[in-house]
Amino acid sequence: MVSFSRRNLIRSTAALAAASALPMPAWARGQSLTHAKNGFGEVSGEDIRLAIANHHFTTGSRSGHAVAVNGTVPGPLVRLREGQTARLQVTNNLDEDSSIHWHGLLLPFQFDGVPGVSFPGIKPGETFTYEFPVRQNGTYWWHSHSGLQEQAGHYGPIIIDSADPDPRYDRDYVVLLSEFTPMHPHEIMRKLKVGEHYFQRDMLTATEGDMSGEMRRMWGKMRMNPRDISDVTGSTYTFLINGHGPQDDLQLAFQPGERVRLRVINGSAMTFFNVRIPGVPMMVIQADGQDVDEVQVDEFQIGVAETYDVIVSPPNGSHAIVAEAMDRSGMGVASLTSHKGHRATPPPLREIPTLTMVDMGMMEHSGMAGKDSMGGMDHSMRDKSLVPGDVEVGPGVDMIGPSPMDRMDFPGLGLDKVGHRVLRYTDLQAKRMNPHRSVDREMEIHLTGNMERYMWSFDGKKFTAVTDDPIRFGYDERVRVKLVNQTMMAHPIHLHGHFFELVNGADHMHQPLKHTVIVQPGGTATFDLTANEPGDWAFHCHLLYHMHAGMMQVVTVRPFPEGGAA
Amino acid sequence: MIRVALLAGSMLAASPLAAQDHSAHGEKPASQPEMDHCAMGHLPPEQCPPKDRQEADKPTAGDMEGMNHASHGKMTDKSALGAALEEDIPARAFDGPRHAADAIWGTVAMESSRQQIVRENGGMTTGMILVERLEARIPTDGGEDGYLWDAQGWYGGDINCFVLKTEGEGKLGGALEDAEIQALYSRAIGPFFDLQAGVRFDPEPDGRTHLVVGVQGLAPYMFHVDGALFLSGRGDLTARIKAEYDQKITQRLILQPRIEAEFAAQNIPEREIGAGITRVEPGLRLRYEIMPEFAPYIGIEYEAEVTETADIARANGEDPDGLKAVIGLRAWF
Repeated sequence: MVSFSRRNLIRSTAALAAASALPMPAWARGQSLTHAKNGFGEVSGEDIRLAIANHHFTTGSRSGHAVAVNGTVPGPLVRLREGQTARLQVTNNLDEDSSIHWHGLLLPFQFDGVPGVSFPGIKPGETFTYEFPVRQNGTYWWHSHSGLQEQAGHYGPIIIDSADPDPRYDRDYVVLLSEFTPMHPHEIMRKLKVGEHYFQRDMLTATEGDMSGEMRRMWGKMRMNPRDISDVTGSTYTFLINGHGPQDDLQLAFQPGERVRLRVINGSAMTFFNVRIPGVPMMVIQADGQDVDEVQVDEFQIGVAETYDVIVSPPNGSHAIVAEAMDRSGMGVASLTSHKGHRATPPPLREIPTLTMVDMGMMEHSGMAGKDSMGGMDHSMRDKSLVPGDVEVGPGVDMIGPSPMDRMDFPGLGLDKVGHRVLRYTDLQAKRMNPHRSVDREMEIHLTGNMERYMWSFDGKKFTAVTDDPIRFGYDERVRVKLVNQTMMAHPIHLHGHFFELVNGADHMHQPLKHTVIVQPGGTATFDLTANEPGDWAFHCHLLYHMHAGMMQVVTVRPFPEGGAA
Repeated sequence: MIRVALLAGSMLAASPLAAQDHSAHGEKPASQPEMDHCAMGHLPPEQCPPKDRQEADKPTAGDMEGMNHASHGKMTDKSALGAALEEDIPARAFDGPRHAADAIWGTVAMESSRQQIVRENGGMTTGMILVERLEARIPTDGGEDGYLWDAQGWYGGDINCFVLKTEGEGKLGGALEDAEIQALYSRAIGPFFDLQAGVRFDPEPDGRTHLVVGVQGLAPYMFHVDGALFLSGRGDLTARIKAEYDQKITQRLILQPRIEAEFAAQNIPEREIGAGITRVEPGLRLRYEIMPEFAPYIGIEYEAEVTETADIARANGEDPDGLKAVIGLRAWF
């Protein structure tokens, strides 16, 4: 099956390239490429060099083209120290523009690495030097912000060591979660646009799925499918931990009694992961690189682009680190072992979750399944009067939730009914006190989309419609932003260059700091932002193909240049 | 059948109207009540410290566990008392150049990357070719075996695109009997429907040309519908509607009921068509998706000329209806 679809892929991408009369890149013309190494080395110091190039990559039975940095997928671990000046020289050896965005780093906006927003991008053959002071510590990551290169392997981890020694752990590992696909990312995007549910092989059928006929008709009436969990799935993805697929037998060694810090980074393009180590509780110490009060959990869901640092003290033996895709179409696996060469056995995949009416922005009442609600459905699922006037309700908006609720206490699709402790945003509290500030202004941003047409946007407007109309903040303005998800997909929303505080019920001086927040299907999430980094910043859904479809806007913090303030 | 037609019609009528509805402007249901106190007087925000209120409104982490059902209202109200409205953007937020990066790298250097980021984030154009039916048709009551094709392709963006449709049939080993090709401009008029307009040319049987206007899309309950009106060069008005539904039996095995009906507003003697409903074709196809793009199928289809058109056929000594077994391929690329 795999080889069959690969053959087709090669045929269709070649046809596509021929049809669009574009010059084919070297790798597609069949010229030999060097093999990228699975997993990464480390670069550190005052002068760091990174080189982006086309490679070939293999994991398990899947292989194909990759964009590797310094010859590895993922690219090297960039290890910095708080207080140093980072100088990173990035050379682009591709035959298209490229870039590196330093995800979660506080820096002058012109070094943030988004072509067209923060800088002109890195042309083929050119070297660009990023230079900025390192003002923070923690676990972060970097990735391309050009086209769809991130899907192809152009990403890697960042660790910033704190200026003071950290006594909380004896050993630390990066656990970088991602995907590999032999399919060209542009072909994935095209299939998402034209072949509805192309990658989904767990849809409700006449013979599968536990749902009453009445509920099935209700979903059908809305023209939605309750198994629309992930757009791209294990049908084409192999899920990776540090560049190793489940068959590649990645082992992370420890000594019994050690406290092991796992720096879990979701560097995937499209996949939310459920992370657990069966039998080993995890102490969460950081979220998105920022210290939080310790919370002990057995499992957590990590959205695309989020990071969580956990400390574990596993007993003697081999333990499976399991990163199960949210739609249960596959998993990334590694062994945390005190016996070299000993492989842990991961648990089987659990059953795919099925969306509920709450995921459609409705109140959770058993009565929703009743007859009363059926009649009113036409009006209530796309009632324009429920959204502010600046939301453009056109063909790109297929639903407006009748009553979206705050869902920051939701642990994630499929994890609300497991029998152990699962992390929720409401469990997070900043370890250090945030400056006391009251809210100057409030705003609402609606996350909108059309599943059938594969259109995604903010406030019904794609990036193409708002290129000269950024979201504007005054320098040092404190704004409370409510994100309202008018779709049935979870969106990880990322703001560049800042940390915002989740309004999650923690006291207002201890609201946890994040750079990326998941907005649950049909729900809302709220954050407070003190806009104190001048310049233009990207703000987007971190699902790569959602961003590619237009779910992005520029956030600008002015005055800029700063001198203008006086 | 008629219901589907009505539905498609009403979608067509309702959507453009709805798209122009801006009456909701300014409504901000959740936070509106809070505005009365401070923001309306445009007090400096510092003079409206809502600290105690905020804390009272916020459920603590401990409260969360048992309250999933109890107090939705409390949980959703995270509005900040005294905060300014979304549109009250401070003046300093408009300071400086249109694009901050131009001040660092220069407008010339930024311009091409700015065009590229638009192409890469919402400006995509793409297309596909879908061969909906490519089949052999075997009459169950004897007679000559036939063949049929029904395909369409499109290329464009999210809202506007160019569509080609073609279908036709003939006898296996014999002459082509009917063939048509449509070239249409298609525009999204709602989340699920496109309005299409253009021309249709029939190489067979008589080289006739039509103007076309129609709607195509996804109706509630997941019916794919495609309806169009045709005005021929001789002034004849006809219509056709197709509807189909994909029922997954398993992830790969799909049962597709399908119906097609044709109408004429007047008699068209040279095509042996009478006014009214002229033809009905209900069918049932069972396909197996070896890949989503490649699915062979088998099925049956009942094809009937009806009402006056059937009378004309009978008068000519032809059989107005018949049941056919079909075997074919659905494919896209």
